[in-house]
Amino acid sequence: MPQVTLTVNGQQHTVEVEGRTLLVELLREKLGLTGTHVGCDTSQCGACVVHIDGVSVKSCTQLALQADGTSITTIEGLAAADGTLHPMQEAFREHHALQCGFCTPGMVMTAVDLVQSHPDGLTEKEIREGLEGNLCRCTGYHNIVKAIAAAHPLMHAEAAE
Amino acid sequence: MGFEGIGASVRRKEDVRFLSGKGNYTDDINRPGQLHAYIRRADRPHARIDAIDTAAAAKAPGVVRVFTGADIAAENIGGIPCGWQIHNKDGSPMAEPMHPVLAVGKVRHVGDPVAVVIADSRQAAKNAAELIEIDYTDLPAVANLTDAVAPGAPEVHDGVKGNLCYDWVIGDKAVVDGVFANAHRVVKLELTNNRLIPNAMEPRAAIGDFDTSSGDYTLYTTSQNPHVIRLLMGAFVLHIPENKLRVVAPDVGGGFGSKIYHYAEEAIVTWAAGRVRRPVKWTAERSESFMSDAHGRDHVSTAEMAIDKDGVFLGLRITTLANMGAYLSTFAPAVPTYLYATLLAGVYKTPVIYCNVKAVFTNTVPVDAYRGAGRPEATYLLERLVDAIAYDTAIDKIELRRRNFIPADAFPYQTPVALQYDSGDYQTTLKVALQNAGWESFEGRRAEAKRRGKLRGIGISTYLEACGIAPSAVVGSLGARAGLYEVANIRVHPTGSVTVFTGTHSHGQGHETTLAQLVVDQLGVPLDQVEVVHGDTAKIPFGMGTYGSRSLAVGGSAMVKAMDKIIAKGKKIAAHLLEASVQDIEFKDNTFTVAGTDRSKTLTDVSLAAYVPHNYPIEELEPGLDETAFYDPKNFTFPGGCHIAEVEIDPETGVVDMVNFTAVDDVGRVVNPMIVEGQVQGGVAQGIGQALFESAIYDPEGQLLSGSFMDYTMPRANDIPPLSVATENTMCTHNPLGSKGCGEVGAIGSPPAVINAVVDALKDYGVRHLEMPATAAKIWSIIQSAQPRLAAE
Amino acid sequence: MYDFAYEKPGSLADAVKVLSADPDAKALAGGQTFIPVLKQRLNRPSTVVDLAKLGLTGITVSGDTVTIGAMTTHATIAANPDIKSKIPGLQHQASLIGDEAVRHRGTIGGSLANNDPAACYPSAVLALGGTIKTDRRSIPAEEFFQGMFTTALEPGEIITSVELPIPQKSAYEKFRNPASRYAIVGVFVAKFPSGVRLAITGAGQGGVFRHAEFEKALSANFAPEAIAGIATPADGLNGDIHASPEYRAHLIGVVSKRAVAKAA
Repeated sequence: MPQVTLTVNGQQHTVEVEGRTLLVELLREKLGLTGTHVGCDTSQCGACVVHIDGVSVKSCTQLALQADGTSITTIEGLAAADGTLHPMQEAFREHHALQCGFCTPGMVMTAVDLVQSHPDGLTEKEIREGLEGNLCRCTGYHNIVKAIAAAHPLMHAEAAE
Repeated sequence: MGFEGIGASVRRKEDVRFLSGKGNYTDDINRPGQLHAYIRRADRPHARIDAIDTAAAAKAPGVVRVFTGADIAAENIGGIPCGWQIHNKDGSPMAEPMHPVLAVGKVRHVGDPVAVVIADSRQAAKNAAELIEIDYTDLPAVANLTDAVAPGAPEVHDGVKGNLCYDWVIGDKAVVDGVFANAHRVVKLELTNNRLIPNAMEPRAAIGDFDTSSGDYTLYTTSQNPHVIRLLMGAFVLHIPENKLRVVAPDVGGGFGSKIYHYAEEAIVTWAAGRVRRPVKWTAERSESFMSDAHGRDHVSTAEMAIDKDGVFLGLRITTLANMGAYLSTFAPAVPTYLYATLLAGVYKTPVIYCNVKAVFTNTVPVDAYRGAGRPEATYLLERLVDAIAYDTAIDKIELRRRNFIPADAFPYQTPVALQYDSGDYQTTLKVALQNAGWESFEGRRAEAKRRGKLRGIGISTYLEACGIAPSAVVGSLGARAGLYEVANIRVHPTGSVTVFTGTHSHGQGHETTLAQLVVDQLGVPLDQVEVVHGDTAKIPFGMGTYGSRSLAVGGSAMVKAMDKIIAKGKKIAAHLLEASVQDIEFKDNTFTVAGTDRSKTLTDVSLAAYVPHNYPIEELEPGLDETAFYDPKNFTFPGGCHIAEVEIDPETGVVDMVNFTAVDDVGRVVNPMIVEGQVQGGVAQGIGQALFESAIYDPEGQLLSGSFMDYTMPRANDIPPLSVATENTMCTHNPLGSKGCGEVGAIGSPPAVINAVVDALKDYGVRHLEMPATAAKIWSIIQSAQPRLAAE
Repeated sequence: MYDFAYEKPGSLADAVKVLSADPDAKALAGGQTFIPVLKQRLNRPSTVVDLAKLGLTGITVSGDTVTIGAMTTHATIAANPDIKSKIPGLQHQASLIGDEAVRHRGTIGGSLANNDPAACYPSAVLALGGTIKTDRRSIPAEEFFQGMFTTALEPGEIITSVELPIPQKSAYEKFRNPASRYAIVGVFVAKFPSGVRLAITGAGQGGVFRHAEFEKALSANFAPEAIAGIATPADGLNGDIHASPEYRAHLIGVVSKRAVAKAA
């Protein structure tokens, strides 16, 4: 069986997979990182978004073997080692940007990438467009948009330190 | 620690778990030795099963067993039960055909389960399922209401004539006809309530587990009501007694009604686990969800209002066809009757109402309650009809509503359709909503939009709903086969911290926070010393779960009653400790005090004494401080309010842009305003989805055309505007909290507001009504067909 | 999905060899369409050949041509300053494909090889009169697109890059399918000294096509009014639950005018 070696949340793993094994299956089933979710089978809902080498990717639309040699961050790897939440996680909590929590991991990972890739600021419209690939059925998106707007200055202030 | 009691927007206790990826959803659970199930489903809407050959599948790599309907039929296994029995107008019971766990003899909708493969991996099971050979003889199918009731239509179930599940009425037809005969004017509207697919973001999943030593079964499932599943599946389907069956509904990723019902897959994995003596897991792929989760809505109605010369409503007459799908889902028969027709008075004084509902079988996925369940259908019908009356009579649509409102001093108000409203103030929610929405300045915005080439419209809906279900005796007399009380067990631990065991279930509502706030309020225990436990029949007393916006009004009220018992017992213990008379003990702020003195004992002193009863009135009082209460509501609760939508239409493309949305709701006592706002926002987004985007579409032969997110339009962030949400509350008068419920108001009030706005935007095109969803293609064709008329004028 | 062998060759020659030797072997570029197809079990390759290690990425400008490596992602194209200044329509188009996560993985070469009738890029490549470069030859856009999901590629042939002439003006406008976000109608317009070329994706039963009448009118007068009176017949256009052929025909006019207005 082929092997894939990759770093997940700072820890290196070498795992046996099938050719068809999806990255999300590797994360959930081989590594037990069940924070990354599967909400559809047509690559649209975004519940599975993780970062590969720092950018958002749908882990359900990625073979595990394609990720060989990459560094992956999942929702479990976002908070600091001491448990301090990432500013985006904190903003989601503060602004009630989650209800059932199922879309939340993918939503947060998308939001972090969105903020990182827009250092000069994000308009409400840009945030909404940036969430094109993430479906939420609970919140009506209102508080998600608020949380991302609130996290933007915090994340960039932290990055500047 | 700031204020954490009733009225505080405390941040949710559950959020760190969800934000850290530590949620525990059903598919996150894996049991030792677990096998996987894949269900082979019908790919056609209606067919006779002539033969099923599973030989090749059974021999495929990794396969443990293959089961078909014949295996199920050979055992003592019942059909999926229906929880509500409706009676026809002649008094006879509704048609209730068998709903087998796996199809026997026939398949009746695309997605009907035919066989299940149990294998050592999901992929192996799926590979093998493809090898099952099924010989079908296709039968003619009916895919929509009109076709199903047409003379000579194919029968979905043999012997169910005309595909009629029931023919039900409410109101006195002769009286209503008499009012119509003498009315100044009758306004008529024909309308459809579009079929929806709930699409909670977490697909359904189920794991059956069988303990080979004890013979105990455990089902982990994506459910809104684990006790109900245990009762239905244990007693009616698999015949497993309660003591041998545990049902766990862990974190559940949204439900919106679709996870109330007992589904075949739950029975399949539980039964199969016992047969193969290993855990069996099934997780829906999203495409399976589309063809196996109960759908929502799907009504076709004719509505008529008799009015006098001033537009005062004299009588309402309605006929409705309601789609049940191929089988009766758990709540299905109740939705178009007791959750719909009883709401047809709405916020209006309409003195007489008659409604006839025909529930109809079709070769489609079963239809059941989806967020709002019957009330969105009633509200849409009524609020569209009111706008049509305004259109036909040229009476201002606000004035027309005001003229017909039930006044704030008329409560309790008995409607002609069985319900008695306890409280409300529709003039106030209307007034505040008009202010918040800038109704008065709208024409300026319309003119500005016109300069940009856009058609702007504004629409309003003043609505009411009935939730907090429900008084058991009342619903029992209406055909419910269960009680609808709720339970709470309050366990004060020896050192004064508290665990709440509630029969309600949270799948996004934030009960771990809101319900804990009730304990903060009543017992004065800090929020971080309160834990809320739900979702496990092994832990919680028998409770009915969460749906119908009932958790706070019913479940919260049960908690209040249980805490009353805690305080009453605590007073006796405190009286003993303080050597005072129990009548003199007061409880406030976590402390028992002898009235008029500074002698007091904290709840912790009392609970410690209760569990270490050395100095304790042991002759009169049992040790412990642990109380359970069941609460059966006295009435439904009646949230209501006013929703206002503002849209802009691009006349070149037909695209409707939601630009503003304002909701002012009356939800009774608010425990956590932040959570209430979130509930309303989410409900409104689903309502906007129904009005503008979502539609489950079957072709005439019964194939589901909108069978994935590629074709079923889910609202995205860019489709929903910022939402202005506020409350103007009157208290529920019959439950101890005064709370009414907030989970469904958004989805109930919003669709007609949106469509009324779209119709208003198109007023120059002579549009009086259009059907949901108001897609770009539909608007474009309306504009196209209107244009020659405009040109001719 | 069905299982398959996975190979990630380090050279173009090796990749061609694997793909040529086995008719059931399939190339994997960004996978954003291909992997969903595999998940639906609509394709059963024996071997999936990952093209990620062939060095086929990058954007270069030389004279009047922009060359884009086949494995360049939509996100890279959307963020590239040269593309933005030379072919703004292409930059905008890339920014509208899928969503951000999809754009991080999806590639121009993969999209062109798949030739989905509702994909965006075929309209740009056809309107710009681009050339598809493969491991063995150069194929003009006119010859490359041969109908829905059909191209001039031979078995085992791999797109290496696409060459796009730089127009004077360009724009892309997309009317999205509200559910899938693919194009119901996507119009790419490009103005060259030699005339205007306009290609439409999403609408035609045969995939991307040019609109001769629009091109003629716009070549005479590059303004939205020039095509305002030209009706597009609905014959040969797609119809589905979201848009009838008639609606698409109408949208072709509206979306084209908007593209021209944006470019002009």
